[in-house]
Amino acid sequence: METVPLNFYLILSGVLFAIGVVGVVSRRNVIVIYMSIELMFNAVNLTLVAFSRFLNDMTGHVFVFMVIAVAAAEAAVGLAIIIAVFRNKVTVDVDEVNILKG
Amino acid sequence: MQLLIFYVFGFIAIFAAVSMIVVKQPVMSALFLIVNMLCLAGLYALLDAHLIAALQVIVYAGAIMVLVLFVIMLLNLREKKGLITRHKVAMQGIGVVIVAFVFVLIAASMDFVSFSQAGAVSAEFGTVAGVAKTLFTDFILPFEIASVLLLVAIIGAVILSKSRT
Repeated sequence: METVPLNFYLILSGVLFAIGVVGVVSRRNVIVIYMSIELMFNAVNLTLVAFSRFLNDMTGHVFVFMVIAVAAAEAAVGLAIIIAVFRNKVTVDVDEVNILKG
Repeated sequence: MQLLIFYVFGFIAIFAAVSMIVVKQPVMSALFLIVNMLCLAGLYALLDAHLIAALQVIVYAGAIMVLVLFVIMLLNLREKKGLITRHKVAMQGIGVVIVAFVFVLIAASMDFVSFSQAGAVSAEFGTVAGVAKTLFTDFILPFEIASVLLLVAIIGAVILSKSRT
């Protein structure tokens, strides 16, 4: 039974996080940006669970639990904001939502 | 065997993540993100985090992504622009630089990670009983604050999405 080294999980997590960053900076649709942020949350959660397993300490699981709770709250408020913006501007393109621009 | 499972889940997760930011329709993006989250749930199970794996499927892939899909269908979006647009070259450049930076950080961290072999874990590790024991003893205050946070989020979502009359 060959186990997976910790580095593999860290590399996978880093790759997923980087893909999320590229999604945030290169896409213009606010919903896709939101989903990229969720992808970055997931990458960080993988790191926490992996370290938790390799340090044999369950504190990381509690952290992931808290991240999931905050992500649920963020989903409710964030999607409500997206709907409110869409109701005012009839677009979800972040380039056209620029009334805060000085 | 574990290594094989890791590779299968890992490559599907990366493929789904890349597809998520490349495809044009937001609905396809959401479905690829669900695939990615299910693969990560499999990896959590591989790491003996049984409760977190179940929560990942139920809360993330279930509840949150259904909410996202619901909003996408409510707004009925049709995006013309895909990943590559002409005047966004600077943005793409920033993204690539950040990606390269993250990879350098990973490569730099390889050496001092010395505990690279997982030891045996106790029978309670990652189960509902084990996580609950940690959560309700050492982390009881953050747990209660999280419940307040969820209440505030519910009220905020209702107020934000209420039409102004």
